[in-house]
Amino acid sequence: MEAIIKKRIKQVIKGDQDAFGEIIEIYKNSVYQLCYRMLGNRHEAEDMAQETFIRAYVNIKSFNQDRKFSTWLFRIATNLCIDRIRKKKPDYYLDAEVAGTEGLTMYSQLSSETQLPEKELESLELQETVQKEILKLPEKYRSAIILKYIEDLSLNEISEILDLPIGTVKTRIHRGREALRQQLRYV
Amino acid sequence: MCPEHIIELMHEYLDEEISPIKEKELREHLKSCKECETIFHELEKSIAYVKSISNLQAPEHFTANVLARLPKEKRKVLMGRWLKQHPFLAAASLFLVLMTGSVLSTWNQEREFSVSKQENLVVKNNTVIVPAGEVVKGDVIVRNGTLKIEGEVQGDVTVINGEQYLASAGHVTGDIEEINEVFDWIWYHIKKTAKEATELMERSDAK
Ligand SMILES: [Zn+2]
Repeated sequence: MEAIIKKRIKQVIKGDQDAFGEIIEIYKNSVYQLCYRMLGNRHEAEDMAQETFIRAYVNIKSFNQDRKFSTWLFRIATNLCIDRIRKKKPDYYLDAEVAGTEGLTMYSQLSSETQLPEKELESLELQETVQKEILKLPEKYRSAIILKYIEDLSLNEISEILDLPIGTVKTRIHRGREALRQQLRYV
Repeated sequence: MCPEHIIELMHEYLDEEISPIKEKELREHLKSCKECETIFHELEKSIAYVKSISNLQAPEHFTANVLARLPKEKRKVLMGRWLKQHPFLAAASLFLVLMTGSVLSTWNQEREFSVSKQENLVVKNNTVIVPAGEVVKGDVIVRNGTLKIEGEVQGDVTVINGEQYLASAGHVTGDIEEINEVFDWIWYHIKKTAKEATELMERSDAK
């Protein structure tokens, strides 16, 4: 896997966009998932995920090829999302509400159009509840929890992605876990 | 009141970094303390919940959308790919192009504005407009000027040493190409010669 990526990166550096397309295919789901869990909005998540790949493409020469590519990519994505959260203007929330494509509406759209089996409906509801609780976490706990439990990364990788000492990463995950416990205990 | 460090031990356990001795201490405490057992169970449950939602997929056409937003591919790569796909044609065309020898001299000479002659093209100064609602038939070639496409072009569009703007409502049935460097200019001739050669061969095949 890493060998294929290395080969593709060399082609990308020569300017081959087809090779970059293959890289996108490999990582698109995990990058999009990271952005969506961080931002809780499909439109914004797609925007940031696209931006992540574009930045990676433009800056590919600054990527140290001895490192893991996914770590570098997740780092770009996490930073973009955190920036976006900090810059989020109040009017954005209004837009999102008007557009009405997020969160609960995904559930209501689905449930009105198609009759899902009870079980799937329940799991969809649960997913939305969990997503909502993740979004309530302060962004520094949120990123650590998402990288750990949704992207399934090691503490070492997370520490590299967030550019923080392992001890700090652990503290953030502990606090995040504790907050989630309180929020999800009665679910 | 439970010792504070029991919670600490729970986190060490969940990080999979607990020592066997501490793990034993934790287990023994949990057996005897309902309160801590509940907390521990809730922690494990919330982790399971978070893990359970990790199955999201990128939207449709994600890769194509990103690729469309990338800066233009380096021509060297495009050319390399084309040469690989048409090695014989490329060699033959390059030969023809160089034989005629006129390519470079025409590049230097042709600095004046010119446009292919189609009746419904509107020309203002050095800007050529395909008006909205109009259908221009045949290939449109603009030299040293700007082309704005608001209507439809049924054919290829080539802008040499200039720019083209395709309005969102505008439409081109063939290829769009901008040529702004000598290198592009030679490249254009190679492709043109190759295309003509192919068409010639196809035509003689059809006979
Ligand atoms: Zn206790």
